Amino acid sequence: MAKAKQKKLKSAQKGKACTGAVIFRETLEAEGVDTIFGYPGGVVLPIFDELYESLDKFVLTRHEQGAAHAADGYARSTGKVGVVLATSGPGACNLITGLATAHMDSIPIVAFTGQVKTTLIGNDAFQEADVTGITRPVTKYNILVKDVKDLARIIHEAFHVARTGRPGPVLVDIPFDVSMAELAGTPDKQIRLPGYKPQLFGNPRQIQTAAKAINAAERPVIYAGGGVILANASDLLRQLAKQANVPVTTTLLALGAFDQENPLSLNMLGMHGAAYANFAVQDCDLLVAIGARFEDRVTGNLATFAPKAKIVHIDVDPSSIAKNVKVDIPVVGDAANILKELLKLVEHRPRTAWIEQIGKWKKQYPLTYDRKAGVIKPQYVIEQICEATKGEAIVATGVGQHQMWTAQFFRWSFPRQIISSGGLGTMGFGLPAANGAQRGNPDKVVVSIDGDGSFCMTMQELATAVNYSLPVKSMILNNGYLGMVRQWQELFFGKRYSATPIKSPDFAALARGFGATGMVVTEKSEVREAIEQSLATNGPVVIDFHVDPEENVWPMVPAGKSLHEMKMGPLA
Amino acid sequence: MRHIISALVQNEPGVLAHVAGMFAARGFNIDSLVVGETENPDLSRMTIVVRGDDRVLEQVRKQLAKVVAVIRVRDFSGVAHVERDLMLVTIAVTAERRGQLMDLINIFRGRVVDVSPKSVMVQLTGPEDKVEAFIECCRPYGIKELARTGVIAMPRGVKE
Repeated sequence: MAKAKQKKLKSAQKGKACTGAVIFRETLEAEGVDTIFGYPGGVVLPIFDELYESLDKFVLTRHEQGAAHAADGYARSTGKVGVVLATSGPGACNLITGLATAHMDSIPIVAFTGQVKTTLIGNDAFQEADVTGITRPVTKYNILVKDVKDLARIIHEAFHVARTGRPGPVLVDIPFDVSMAELAGTPDKQIRLPGYKPQLFGNPRQIQTAAKAINAAERPVIYAGGGVILANASDLLRQLAKQANVPVTTTLLALGAFDQENPLSLNMLGMHGAAYANFAVQDCDLLVAIGARFEDRVTGNLATFAPKAKIVHIDVDPSSIAKNVKVDIPVVGDAANILKELLKLVEHRPRTAWIEQIGKWKKQYPLTYDRKAGVIKPQYVIEQICEATKGEAIVATGVGQHQMWTAQFFRWSFPRQIISSGGLGTMGFGLPAANGAQRGNPDKVVVSIDGDGSFCMTMQELATAVNYSLPVKSMILNNGYLGMVRQWQELFFGKRYSATPIKSPDFAALARGFGATGMVVTEKSEVREAIEQSLATNGPVVIDFHVDPEENVWPMVPAGKSLHEMKMGPLA
Repeated sequence: MRHIISALVQNEPGVLAHVAGMFAARGFNIDSLVVGETENPDLSRMTIVVRGDDRVLEQVRKQLAKVVAVIRVRDFSGVAHVERDLMLVTIAVTAERRGQLMDLINIFRGRVVDVSPKSVMVQLTGPEDKVEAFIECCRPYGIKELARTGVIAMPRGVKE
């Protein structure tokens, strides 16, 4: 570190010619980057050489997808911009899934990729790919640097675009000769983005109209999305709900934005949301959407979604508004800024009948499962993890049944607690994202609740966890199926389990092979003890829970149906 | 409904690909897309003719504005404006019928820019419907080759 600092001073003080690689390192330092996830390769050699003295900031993953997900998990859990560095061609291509995941969920990431020499671009050179072309639809912004004099400015612009407005991934493609080139004089750092002006403050008239609608509503519901977390507006959301006395449902990505112990909490809505949340949305007379985008997994059949409601939509991205539903009162701007203004205007209303009705639904249709079962129910494992960690763990997930059970049965209480791929639904997200979250939160317990299918997709990242002493606890709910697809086959395709039964490796042995701790749990009575033991173990742990193979996620709104047409499952 | 959208963009490589890719990915139908430098070499103007109902057009405008390199978006619907399409068309015509064709070209205020024993090349500018009307009138002669720039447009009156 000391050496790195000296070097910086040298190049800055003497106004000495510096290379693109030096500019890269110094600009990242100026941006306050403390962690880079990545993987080296041919055309990024000059940059890696420059990082040699500050390798304590670098996390070498075992696949570039793992690096992108780790940066994502780091960003979601810390609120800072995640940074990725990969080589050209295959390295860059391996980032795509991670970039698309971050793009769908508006997660700020800056990805740097090496590119072949500018003179070779377009010649099908070794490890060449048109990376800005390939990543254009899955990034908020991307750019190929053609001249070293632009490098510092472009890097600053990349961070600015990634973290402001509706956040998202940005990719900067740096050719080999640009990182090698020497720049005479000081680099240009002034951001120039004439086309980029996010609207952060809501129109006061629209805010007044929204406040009036809230004050006048008899059966209002707040529908909070990931934008609330991204805007760091969770406290303001809680104040608003309390002050105006309005129940709150959240999307998957906004779990934790509202404390679920609060009586006004309606838990999650949507396809696998709580029945009472869906009933409330279908019956409300005012729906206040904050940083949410009315995705099909949330709304079900749009034609019959919230049929009695006037809709207020608060979002920083104007293109999100009126994209899927007709909005009565649009308010464009940053959620935190707008909630602050709303708080000056909303008033407490008793809404006794509405609150009572919701209480009845909550009693009548709780999220539940067969608690008396002798076999290990996956939901039971999640409840035990939640209790054992006092509900204070950061929880990453893969995608599938285990993800929905985690959403339903963990008790979410603080923002940035859940790290889960919502929009893209990326299997294999859990472990690498948990690694990133752990790196960004060294003092917190980070748990990855995963499925046997999801875990297999990126399990090489156990090597990263061991390498960097990231004590992530992977809890695999192993049911021997690609469970969510199997559930759909059971319900909609006559139980023809086409390509969903899977034979998994011995996960515990595998964990040991990686140098982590591995455990297997086959009895319900061993579940809690195993979890406690894993939490007391230093370093990464994998627990393979053999759970009930054909358990389903309930309730469920079949695709294309209305929210109130949800199937309740056998216990309801 | 047909809309003419004008977008002022940064004159940088990749902007056209970005805009075209966005249109394709979101399923918007483009009739034509024209790009050219403005009086400021750092800026280009894209003129896009697109079809769709109000909801689609609202998304077109918003999604365009969201592209980082796009500086300003304008929809000419309901705005007094001038629009022009430029066409070059080579029409098969023998010397005997050339006079007759010349009358037609004059009616449309076209210009002959090349002549050969068996054909003439005509340059014609105007709004799309005028250009299309001329194409219909030429069909009986035989159109050998045709190229159009697509529509560019500008609002009438003084720029604010």
